[in-house]
Amino acid sequence: MAEDVKFKVSIDGIPVEVAPGTTILNAARLIGGDIVPPAMCYYSKLQGSGGKCRTCLVKVSKGSEKDPRPMPKLVASCRTTVMDGMEVQNITSPEVIEARKGVVEMLLINHPLDCPICDQAGECHLQDLGYEHGLANTRYEFERRTFDKIDIGDKVQLHMTRCILCYRCVFVADQLTPRRVHGVLGRGDAAEISTYIEKAIDNEFSGNVIDVCPVGALTDKTFRFKNRVWFTKPVEAHRDCPTCSGKVTLWYKGEEVLRVTARKDEYGEVEEFICNTCRFETKSTSDWVIEGPRNVKRTSVISLNHYAELNPPAVVKKNLALQETNKEQFERAKELL
Amino acid sequence: MARKLLLTHIDVPGINTFEVYRQKGGYRAVEKALKTLTPDEVVEEVKKSGLRGRGGAGFPTGMKWSFLAKPEGVPRYLVCNADESEPGTFKDRYLMTHIPHALIEGMIIASYALGANTSYIYVRGEMMPQVRILERAIAEAKNAGFLGKNILGRGYDLELYVQPGGGAYICGEETALLESLEGKRGNPRIKPPFPAVSGLYNCPTVVNNVESIAATVPIINEGAEEYAKIGIERSTGTKLISASGNLNKPGVYEIELGLPVEEFIYSDEYCGGIANGKRLKAVVAGGSSVPILPANLILKTLKGESRLMTYESLADGGFQSGTMMGSGGFIAFDEDQCVVRNTWNFTRFYHHESCGQCSPCREGTGWMEKVLHRIEFGHGSFSDIDLLVDVSKKIEGNTICPLGDAAAWPVASAIRHFRDEFEWHITSGQEAQRRNYGLAHYADPLEPVAS
Repeated sequence: MAEDVKFKVSIDGIPVEVAPGTTILNAARLIGGDIVPPAMCYYSKLQGSGGKCRTCLVKVSKGSEKDPRPMPKLVASCRTTVMDGMEVQNITSPEVIEARKGVVEMLLINHPLDCPICDQAGECHLQDLGYEHGLANTRYEFERRTFDKIDIGDKVQLHMTRCILCYRCVFVADQLTPRRVHGVLGRGDAAEISTYIEKAIDNEFSGNVIDVCPVGALTDKTFRFKNRVWFTKPVEAHRDCPTCSGKVTLWYKGEEVLRVTARKDEYGEVEEFICNTCRFETKSTSDWVIEGPRNVKRTSVISLNHYAELNPPAVVKKNLALQETNKEQFERAKELL
Repeated sequence: MARKLLLTHIDVPGINTFEVYRQKGGYRAVEKALKTLTPDEVVEEVKKSGLRGRGGAGFPTGMKWSFLAKPEGVPRYLVCNADESEPGTFKDRYLMTHIPHALIEGMIIASYALGANTSYIYVRGEMMPQVRILERAIAEAKNAGFLGKNILGRGYDLELYVQPGGGAYICGEETALLESLEGKRGNPRIKPPFPAVSGLYNCPTVVNNVESIAATVPIINEGAEEYAKIGIERSTGTKLISASGNLNKPGVYEIELGLPVEEFIYSDEYCGGIANGKRLKAVVAGGSSVPILPANLILKTLKGESRLMTYESLADGGFQSGTMMGSGGFIAFDEDQCVVRNTWNFTRFYHHESCGQCSPCREGTGWMEKVLHRIEFGHGSFSDIDLLVDVSKKIEGNTICPLGDAAAWPVASAIRHFRDEFEWHITSGQEAQRRNYGLAHYADPLEPVAS
């Protein structure tokens, strides 16, 4: 097959041409916007990931040009490759919306919803997913499953209660480190990520499990409870690192670097994995060459605190009574300036 | 007497040994296949016989074999799925215990047809006696020259291995079985690619049920035409049924497909009616994962025809009023049984056996179990019934493997057909602890449907 062969695919009626072997999800990402299915377990940098969380389910209403029959079931778009002439429905299919709502509900029934005390809050994919696709209330009236917190190594903490079993960290352990030290134990809803005999993770790249974790199950112990992410300011920086690319995001609060993470793209996937020295050991400005502030999407909660002044909605400005109720907030805003 | 093909010599003493099995005409099919047929002719023969997979899905076996990719220089594998763990199904264990050589003989024929030189029998972890029986049978067959190098001087080599599993229901799903066989965690793979292209160790693989493989022996012996004469339309041959529940004579029966369900339950040749003179309330016709049907619907279809033991007739009416052949685990419930409790019990099983890989099944099975537990113990509310239906719909079809469907169907069908009983559990929670709902109207003749 010639290399320049392109498959014509349409997603929610928007045509796109992609190389054979591309998955539906990646084809949708080429189009961008709100027709991109959400993905909680798929991670383009990790081989074999995806297919597990079922949030990216889409309907294939036309299989291909040769075989136009629709696929009988909804398919996981992250693991289904496109065919020439394929027609995919994502947000235009009520069936998909309904199934996705179901998946979000399932993911949340055993999640502790402890966002107010969770370090991931503000950059949590499950929060975003629940906000965009979930219901406002829950129909689950039983006790949620809980686990004890476990330290894996001296820098990473595992809080299994929040885990959605996406297996991303297992793939990191498998693919970035030479010796796999953790995996999944147990079965069904008793399954847990574990290091078996609580073996410490001491590999140079083990810290990346924190970055790939879509929820607050794996957190950075050097950052735990230091600050909310939306009070910190992300700054791009790099350093000459012998083990990794050294390209990172520094999260500042005032003069202090609170934490270091890899740079993440718009789908929350890291651009390049970084080593533990960059992540945990080098936390002063003098270690880094600053490139400039990181672009944060306007819709992200992280950007919310970064406006120079408080900009209340017009209705507040016009109404004296509302100004009175917001008095405290106005005063706080003044202090910040 | 109906014809028996698999269990013909089941009563002969010592049929589990090579000598007796050989005396009774065993391994004739291997001789016939290796000496007179090419591998493709064997595949063609199985195709013509109309044999359908006996493990549950009912996919034509010959068709499955012909889909096997045959790239040069890559080994092909045959794997026998003996991880029989569906509640209500115990036919494969019976076959392996009493006539192990029927499976070994079938394995040789099927491996020859597929061009596999290494084949595996993956046996469920709890069946250690059967593992030993099969290992002994393999050793006997090897001594007699039916396994090993250059079988019957025809230049065909085959090694057969028995692998005990860890005792997980999910390892009966073919890709989970392959993962487990490779020594990994038994998680189902995401398809495609299908095992026929990339299976065991990424090589083309066919996974067949014990009974399907054993059925190739009579097909080769008698010829495909003769085999296809038994049965009705696309359901050909004989099938082992594991009958359990409130029957006078529960056990494993070999039936000719096409036998009326009523005859199977009530005739003395088979189950001999309902035990203790009780009346039939419900039947799960093909193992715990198929929809449960009330007595009136299992005996007659909505069209008023009598329901037969065939893939088509049992499925007549779709999910609205039909069920499935499944793996042939026939469970009969008499009027004293509680459908709610039974549904809860099945769901408890699926909750326990879910692998936990994909979210709808991992979370949904546990949720359904908790709601059903609440209803069964008299603390349910009416909204719980609709909640169960909705959760089962959210699981069905949205999971990686069919375990999600298998968990959803029993719940959805029990509520569809026995809603009164569920509602009674809610309105009379205390009374439901003391007595059962009884037969109610579940055996009443159906209103004829105007077409």
